[in-house]
Amino acid sequence: MSRIDEAFADGPAFIPYLAVGDPDYESSKAYVEALARGGADVIELGLPFSEPVAEGPTIQGAVTRALDAGMTPDRYFEFVEELDVDVPLVCMTYYNLIYQYGSEEGPRPFVERAAEAGIEGFVVPDLPAEEADPLREACDDHGLDLVFIVAPTTEGERLERIMAQVSGYVYVQARLGVTGARDDVSGQTDEALARLEAWDVPKAVGFGIKTGEHAERIVAGGADGIIVGSALVDIVAAGHETDRPVDEVATDLEAKARELAEGAAAGYEQRVPEPEHT
Amino acid sequence: MSTSKFGEYGGQYVPEALMPAVEELADAYERYVRGNEDGFMDEFRRRLRDFGGRPTPLQHAEQLSARYDSEVYLKREDLLHGGAHKLNNALGQVLLAKYMGKERIVAETGAGQHGTATAMAAAHLGMPCEVYMGERDINRQRPNVFRMRLNGTEVNPVTVGRGTLKEAINETMRDWATNVEDTHYVIGSVVGPHPFPRMVRDFQSVISEEAREQVKEQAGGLPDSVVACAGGGSNTMGAFHEFVDDADVDLYAVEAGGSSLDVDEEAGVAPNSASLSTGDEGVLHGARTKLLQDTDGQVMESHSVSSGLDYAGVGPELAHLVDEERVTPVNVGDDAALEAFHRLSQEEGIIPALETAHAFAFAHEHPEQLGDVTVINVSGRGDKDLESVIEESAERDLAAAPDMDAFAGDGL
Repeated sequence: MSRIDEAFADGPAFIPYLAVGDPDYESSKAYVEALARGGADVIELGLPFSEPVAEGPTIQGAVTRALDAGMTPDRYFEFVEELDVDVPLVCMTYYNLIYQYGSEEGPRPFVERAAEAGIEGFVVPDLPAEEADPLREACDDHGLDLVFIVAPTTEGERLERIMAQVSGYVYVQARLGVTGARDDVSGQTDEALARLEAWDVPKAVGFGIKTGEHAERIVAGGADGIIVGSALVDIVAAGHETDRPVDEVATDLEAKARELAEGAAAGYEQRVPEPEHT
Repeated sequence: MSTSKFGEYGGQYVPEALMPAVEELADAYERYVRGNEDGFMDEFRRRLRDFGGRPTPLQHAEQLSARYDSEVYLKREDLLHGGAHKLNNALGQVLLAKYMGKERIVAETGAGQHGTATAMAAAHLGMPCEVYMGERDINRQRPNVFRMRLNGTEVNPVTVGRGTLKEAINETMRDWATNVEDTHYVIGSVVGPHPFPRMVRDFQSVISEEAREQVKEQAGGLPDSVVACAGGGSNTMGAFHEFVDDADVDLYAVEAGGSSLDVDEEAGVAPNSASLSTGDEGVLHGARTKLLQDTDGQVMESHSVSSGLDYAGVGPELAHLVDEERVTPVNVGDDAALEAFHRLSQEEGIIPALETAHAFAFAHEHPEQLGDVTVINVSGRGDKDLESVIEESAERDLAAAPDMDAFAGDGL
């Protein structure tokens, strides 16, 4: 059982996302560690790419700030090595950075370095199952998980193809579009979860989750985990824009993480009735 | 059956939400474009003729022929409706979207020519249309912005990054990912995920199909060379496609050398758009291809005096044909392109697009490579570029340019 599998073993997993290096290296480290203190079960660490086509304005802003502050794949791996957290870490990035890393062509050098730094899995939004074999093989050789996204539009044969490739968890995209916090949670989530019911891999729902109440509702509806990015990045961005001290922003992130983790736990309580005591 | 790859290049690297749309499009491409189902290609060709004004002439250019000691023929895509080759593709894709039952069109544009062609095609076929265009390009290409709006298209400025084509493509992909169920993305070049590179090439290959017959008739045989400018590469592939199997015909893809071929890796900037000449293999906007990137794989900002060539990537089929040594990538700088713009305007009475001026600059710099008979693709007319040509020429000492100090009618 991988560490990511373990994170789902006892109840719902809360999976926050932050772009590494946003708004700068040291602040970013404090923010990620705050998420762990707030109850993260897995953390998705974004490695910034210059063309984040699957991201909305919030995460695009984070990526731009991080790149402007000098984030690179090598700095990213140093960051992962220096982090003081005890939860599995998933690298979320775009394929060109994985493909280009190191002197050898293909994804292998990147995967090797990621495994050495302590990464336990990948999410690559622009790498569909059809193009994923080289990365899948490199991940298998190093015992890393490869997470795939299932969109509201994913049906039929595509579901089969993804099911054959996915490990760790499946990232269920709650609605069409790009990433970004929303005030409502789409009904597309329930349909997606129903389609994946038979899958033998945890289902983590992302895209648009903003509050503990959202988290509760989604987990109560059958999700095994929730993924939250933009609502957290918003806190980082607001802190950066208003020049707030790093520790204050970190405290807010920790509180937001706790709200989301507790929401998820509350949703799980509703779904799984307490065993009767005899 | 077509595959999604050209050698190692091409493929489908897009967010999962778009994969079903890309597969649906690939299916529609096979049925309607390759299979002519429901007479799609017949209707496309009829509309290209009646609405677009095809065939375009292949004009023998007497003065250039004398100057370069080669029989120079100009494929006059600037005479196509809208003033550029872009209509071939835009009309094809908007018509295909209609056949597929889509209800809305989105597109990106750099110089505005593709946006204009899409806006015209959408108006012609009664489809609502939105175009994304970088803010910097909006300022460089105002006439085309006006034309799009006159055709009823909404033009959405893109302010992120440097505000050019690369950012406009990102933004259009986001719109498509959000509205994929009823929207078709009319991509503007032979780039993007499969089937776009093949499909756009097929719509554009009418250029070489006509040119091949015309040059045989007018010059008595095939040309020794075909020259076309290359940004994303749609007029290039259109001009080359029917000659690819003619091994004796040299194919020259002329890229924007910008102000220099060197890059500033620290700043993430390439002062050129020469991805075939200087780029490395990577993945951008849905395809594996050659692109301008730093050693980490971050995509660089590109540069060209011509906003239509100002793009960090290039079509995967062109990248493959360059690796196969079937296409020769060459490049010319901003100054040479501006010189060629003025020279052609004065000596042939044709005001070329700045993109096209790059092809003419290559012919001027290397007439010995043209052979006895050459075809140069005049990809578009230069009306859209007048403001930037006047501004850019005033900053340079160009032998061919008129006196720019007293240009806009002052003191006449």
